Amino acid sequence: MNTELFGIVATFLLTVLLAFPLGKYIAKVFKGEKTILDFMRPVENLICRLGGVDPMKKMNWKEFLKAMLTINLVWVAYAFLLFLFQGHLPLNPDGNPSMTPDLSFNTAISFLVNCNLQDYSGETGVTYLTQLFVITFLQFVSAATGIACLVALFNGLKEKTTESLGNFWVIFTKTITRILLPLCFVVAALLAFHGTPASFDGKDTVTTLQGDTVQVSRGPAAGMIAIKHIGTNGGGWFGANSAHPLENPDYFTNMLELVSQALIPMALLFALGFYINKRKFAYVTFTIMTVGMLCLLIPTLLAELHGNPAIARMGIAQPTGAMEGKEVRFGPAASAFWSIITTVISTGSVNAMHDSFMPVSGMMQLLAMMINAFYGGCGVGILNYYIYVIIAVFIAGLMVGRTPEFMGHKVEAREVKIAALVTLLSAFLIKGGTALACYYFVHHGNNDWAVKPSSWLNNPGYHGFSEMLYQYTSTNANNGSGYEGLADNNIFWNVTGGFIMLLGRFVPIIGPIAIAGLLAKKKYIPETSGTLKVDGFTFGAMTFVVILILTALSYFPPLALGPIAEYFSL
Amino acid sequence: MKKYILISVRLTLVFIVICAVIYPLLVAGIGRLTPGGGKGETVSLNGKVVGYANIGQKFTEDKYFWSRPSAVGYNAAGSAGSNKGPSNPDYLKDVQAHIDTFLAHNPGIKKDDIPAELVTYSGSGLDPDLSPAGAKVQVRRIAATRHLREDQLNSLVDRYTEKPFLGLMGPARVNVLKLNIALDNGEIK
Repeated sequence: MNTELFGIVATFLLTVLLAFPLGKYIAKVFKGEKTILDFMRPVENLICRLGGVDPMKKMNWKEFLKAMLTINLVWVAYAFLLFLFQGHLPLNPDGNPSMTPDLSFNTAISFLVNCNLQDYSGETGVTYLTQLFVITFLQFVSAATGIACLVALFNGLKEKTTESLGNFWVIFTKTITRILLPLCFVVAALLAFHGTPASFDGKDTVTTLQGDTVQVSRGPAAGMIAIKHIGTNGGGWFGANSAHPLENPDYFTNMLELVSQALIPMALLFALGFYINKRKFAYVTFTIMTVGMLCLLIPTLLAELHGNPAIARMGIAQPTGAMEGKEVRFGPAASAFWSIITTVISTGSVNAMHDSFMPVSGMMQLLAMMINAFYGGCGVGILNYYIYVIIAVFIAGLMVGRTPEFMGHKVEAREVKIAALVTLLSAFLIKGGTALACYYFVHHGNNDWAVKPSSWLNNPGYHGFSEMLYQYTSTNANNGSGYEGLADNNIFWNVTGGFIMLLGRFVPIIGPIAIAGLLAKKKYIPETSGTLKVDGFTFGAMTFVVILILTALSYFPPLALGPIAEYFSL
Repeated sequence: MKKYILISVRLTLVFIVICAVIYPLLVAGIGRLTPGGGKGETVSLNGKVVGYANIGQKFTEDKYFWSRPSAVGYNAAGSAGSNKGPSNPDYLKDVQAHIDTFLAHNPGIKKDDIPAELVTYSGSGLDPDLSPAGAKVQVRRIAATRHLREDQLNSLVDRYTEKPFLGLMGPARVNVLKLNIALDNGEIK
């Protein structure tokens, strides 16, 4: 096996190896058992006191959601205002301007919902103040929101019958103090020692060896890049994200950033097993998700290692694979691996430009975001998978002609309706959005916007269509990666993208929590010989098939118009 | 509802202090202990700073090893790839132009000796590296311009080749700027 392939195998194994103990730890934190970070308790008590939180109060699912949504509303207003006036505020050594209202709207929502789509470029579009006080801050709290909502689901599954899903404020606080902050310090320190800047100095001007004068953007980036991965956010300090040699200086940091983005999503799966004491369910789910990830990874690897057939026809050697949009220090294998990890996990950071990947790889990245539940983002990945599980339970129930049950509770019409609505919404937003964009591109090409619709696309033909499809798939999945050739900083993309990000975040959180709350209230039915075993491989495979069918039915037509057509034209 | 808003605002303020003030300041403190002092590591020639170790530079003169094509002209005030799709006809013309330029400056080199990275844009536009093959294919040109022997240059490339991580993971690479500094520094007598 060559060193490039061995590198990605080692990275994956290392992630699993670290995720397991972390999962055990996370379960202990939320059960309130003894952990090595118990010295944080006084800090947490102080935070609760300063916040006016009564830590003993229990919340039912409606109160829990109300608390979560209220604080999110405060954050989005705060972020919008700071972006709008950043040019006049301090900590702006490079003299960058304020954002337009539509860009502020888009960017505030983007970081609020853990999407981290960036219609601006980091070097020129934001200031050190907004990078830290808005972006880094939201990267912490949006990840903690996702995890807190998942813990609510855990609480619903744990008890036989309960009204309470836990206290949002307390779970949220503990997520930051016990999980995110400690991990980020470790990652940030390692990044800093490998060359990522951490000081507040502004741009530097240097005369190069050949005598050109160039500038080098810098700033306190290391801390932000740590939480960008630990919190599966993905929004980069620099425009080129983790392809930038200061944001991701060498192969070690590339492995580090890969491990840190996959770590918590995997650990949360193991935590689920420990927390509700159904380890087999967790292991089976982990296996199914890993199989799903591999089904997307292997075609991507093959396509990238094979190289671009159009360049091969020019007589150029592609000894390691396709190099357009990729960096030499990572190589095509690690870039292909990253592109799948970042799309299955909803991070959306990139170490190579997705717009320049082969069509097959592009399709795999799109599918990863359309499914959005193989590991998935911090907390929300498992919530998405839970929706698929409910649908699988329902279909399995229909097949055997019994009222479906999940972990001791009857799944009835109301829950199934919510689950169906959540799945259908994704397909509607992605395809509806793309259709609308195509309409403007074709019929209103000369609209007087910051960028005319006719100049949106950086590539003609099928690939241009993929650029639009990718954008809405990424916004709906709260992923944040993009086909960056798309000229998206204008009122159309900023506004439609903003709304789709909001719906793509909160509907798939509210839905599962409502289902969990409704189920947890119901009478517990003890398991009998006729009960559907949800922790076996049969049910795991059933869920996998449900995911396949739903995805194929929803997305085959747009995929055929974009990446599939491009593949056959190359 | 009022209670929720009050808690939300107060908790927001607390976490702004923790995540946006205390955390970055502590990381900046850690940064001061690192080789570049947290400002990025620079490299010098004859006591003068000529660039950042990790940021690639544009080289157009025949006496230097060339870096990869860049969509931002190696000006690190920004960073970007070309974002061209693999089937884009204009892009393929662009690649062809890079091939033609390279062949014109490197007589005697056959097309299938040119590794793809030398005619394609990097992701950041600031890629500091080449593969060892990407450097060695330029050795003949540099030997002729600088009146050096090819074997001397090849061993210089070998000396500056960074092995895969732990010798096991990822590709080998050569930092172009450091390699060119070595040339100007007279490391080959």
